[in-house]
Amino acid sequence: MLTATRAPERPSSYLTDGYGLKSWLLTSDHKRIAILYLISITFFFFIGGIFAALIRLELATPAGDLLESDVYNKMFTMHGIVMIFFFLIPSIPATLGNFLIPEMIGAKDLAFPRINLLSWYIYVFGGIFVVYVLLTGGVDTGWTFYTPFSTSYSNTKVMAAAVGIFIAGFSSILTGLNFIVTIHRMRAPGLSWFRLPLFVWAHYATSMIQILGTPVVAVTILLVAMERGLHIGIFDPALGGDPVLFQHLFWFYSHPAVYIMILPSMGVISEIISTFTRRRPFGYTFIAFSSVAIAVFGFLVWGHHLFVSSQSVYAGMVFSILSYVVAIPSAIKVFNWTATMYKGSVELSTPMLYAIGFIGLFTIGGLTGLFLACLGMDVHLTDTYFVVAHFHYVMVGGAIMGYLAGLHFWWPKMTGRMYPVLWSKIAGVIIFLGFNLTFFPQFILGFLGMPRRYHVYPPEFQVYNVLSSAGATVLGLGYLIPFIYFMWSLKYGKPAGPNPWGATGLEWQIPSPPPTENFEVTPVVTVEAYEYHAQEVVEVG
Amino acid sequence: MDWKYLPIFPESASNFSPHIDALYAYLVTVSAFFSILIAVVIVVFAFKYRRKSDSEIPVPLNEHGAGSMLLEITWSVIPLLLSLVMFGWGAMIFFDESKPPADAMDIWVVGKQWMWKIQHLEGAREINELHIPVNRNIRLTLTSEDVIHDFYVPAFRTKTDVVPGKYTTEWFRPTKVGEYHLFCAEYCGTKHSGMIGTIYVMNANDYDAWLSSGGTVGSMSEKGEALFQQLGCVTCHQSDGKGRCPKLVGLYGTNVELKGGATVVADASYIRESIVNPLTKIVNGYDGIMPTFQGLVTEDQIQQLIEYVKSIGPKSAAAAAGAQAGTPKNNPGAAANPARGTRP
Repeated sequence: MLTATRAPERPSSYLTDGYGLKSWLLTSDHKRIAILYLISITFFFFIGGIFAALIRLELATPAGDLLESDVYNKMFTMHGIVMIFFFLIPSIPATLGNFLIPEMIGAKDLAFPRINLLSWYIYVFGGIFVVYVLLTGGVDTGWTFYTPFSTSYSNTKVMAAAVGIFIAGFSSILTGLNFIVTIHRMRAPGLSWFRLPLFVWAHYATSMIQILGTPVVAVTILLVAMERGLHIGIFDPALGGDPVLFQHLFWFYSHPAVYIMILPSMGVISEIISTFTRRRPFGYTFIAFSSVAIAVFGFLVWGHHLFVSSQSVYAGMVFSILSYVVAIPSAIKVFNWTATMYKGSVELSTPMLYAIGFIGLFTIGGLTGLFLACLGMDVHLTDTYFVVAHFHYVMVGGAIMGYLAGLHFWWPKMTGRMYPVLWSKIAGVIIFLGFNLTFFPQFILGFLGMPRRYHVYPPEFQVYNVLSSAGATVLGLGYLIPFIYFMWSLKYGKPAGPNPWGATGLEWQIPSPPPTENFEVTPVVTVEAYEYHAQEVVEVG
Repeated sequence: MDWKYLPIFPESASNFSPHIDALYAYLVTVSAFFSILIAVVIVVFAFKYRRKSDSEIPVPLNEHGAGSMLLEITWSVIPLLLSLVMFGWGAMIFFDESKPPADAMDIWVVGKQWMWKIQHLEGAREINELHIPVNRNIRLTLTSEDVIHDFYVPAFRTKTDVVPGKYTTEWFRPTKVGEYHLFCAEYCGTKHSGMIGTIYVMNANDYDAWLSSGGTVGSMSEKGEALFQQLGCVTCHQSDGKGRCPKLVGLYGTNVELKGGATVVADASYIRESIVNPLTKIVNGYDGIMPTFQGLVTEDQIQQLIEYVKSIGPKSAAAAAGAQAGTPKNNPGAAANPARGTRP
């Protein structure tokens, strides 16, 4: 099989293949671009986190005593915009996906390396608009930009923020396009579709959503700009438009966008559960096809955001039942992951702890989605803190836990270094507990009737809000710990070796960190994915 | 801060509340069962099958390592069936919520940044307060002067978006005397969290006393009639039908034939549209000569005009309107396609 020997004149890894800023900013190596993305999204994650901290601080008391109402409204708007469009959507695909997809399929790079770099520049360009918005007063429409508030009433930097999101969308489209072509065209000989790692399947499904959905939100933003800038009546009834039309267009992208955030995490979890049970994932084909099913059905459920928006009753019923249909593939995944552990060889490593945390939090996030898909129940719960809690369980408890799980799993591959094991486990437990303390009380708050986006609230809701703010403090500290030990490990971490976890994927058969060309000789795949019983695969490296 | 007060359920004060709470209990039970099941199984597996040695390779479950069609079907079908119960139960409640009873008492609501303006048929007006009698069906007809708002009463377990440019409805039957929160639940700008109010549910006698105590001058339809004169509507819409515009006597709730052959029910939304955008739907046999009154009348005044047109309608107009609850305005063949909260 593969060997780690190579011609002596080649640099030993992609990290040593050229030094200086220029060698990074003009690289077309998917691994370096992944690192560029990693740095940029970490920046935006901390920006978004600061907004979250201010929101929770304000809500510790019922009165609006820390921030002005306008400032508070800008805080939750910027929190949403930054976290969704500039952290969560690029998070796993642009970092781990970028780094790993070519390695998992035995390729030297993505299909379009320079387009890959272009997509990072586009992302940064979009990000500059958002930073400009932050520095010049912010935007207060909520990340949802509902009309006619956003087009005719808000006096804040709506256009600049919208342009930033519009631009960043193209970055997402190009990444998706690159992945689809790469997965179709560049698989190593013998690597058939059903030998692909589930991480690749998940990214294939994600890419489909990115290239089909993102253009719709781009068009929607253009329409908002036309109405706001040129007063062409599209959404504002005073100009002859229909405000609810905006909600249809917006959610046609933004509901599938939730799956852009969660599907890659599901791919990560499949890899980790398999590695740390030394077992092929139970129901491999079901997990693979459930990703595709989620991507397809995800486009048919947008109307469940409009149950109380004066949408027709029968449309509501159709969207409700389709929302239940899309829940089933997620349930299939959870059951299969659990079943994979049965009679496995379970190691509670750090990535495994994060993965188990993901399953717990995602299960709660998914099940509370059933409340909101339920028509009569949703009438009471929609636009309350129940919704806030639900989507944070999915997008923070799910997507970010999955991202952290993946980062802990592949960090040794990306950097060649191990992080301190004890600290990483402590951080995982703190994040899990802090997360639950922050967001579980919000389910109760929502059912009690506290509306979301409230700067000031009736005093009877305070106890739960204090619990939530206390949890946010724990959670915030929890996120700082991995940041610190990851930085520490770059210099002081023990060398990891090519395959520290004893995993089977092709990425584990090359050195850590990998050489620029990944594989000196294109590998030939002769076994199924996750073949823990074929000894020669495990021994390589 | 009251540490003793950690409620789990909000106050229950409408006909919908017990149904929603029962449905909630079902959803919580199913969710708790599966959450605990998954958690317990994972913890048990993690300890029972923990790795004993570094070289341990688990025994394959079957030929290809894993998979079982029977299990996959089981854990797809059982959740699907439980979900379908949720769907059906939720849809039944939702359908009830979308069908105001014919005998419902009408109240008109206008939302604007950042207050609620309420008009009772008898003429009483309130801001950020709503007084209603207990055990009576109440139907609110709502619209907004600016952005989208949402009329949410947690104790009644119901809410509806308040959308500019159209009417939506929300109905409930308060079942318990008391004071309850009214929240705007759709983000509407700076003082969104200040767009709150109080619902006062009163005994019938107290309510009557409250109604007559305000010194109100004239009912909504009387105010509407005055506007009808003042704005000059009466010069064209003559009551004998000889004016240049259709007569409005006996109109409310009937079918109107439009130029081009379509018909439309003369409901509140149609009348509102005819005042604001008169050229959108032109009655067969008439010319599109009416100017728009957009900007000349407020939403509250449009509601008064509608009440006036209703008052000169057929005797059974109110009942007829109730029976046709939710019929879309421009699609007479689709009476079976009510829009939730869209006004008759």
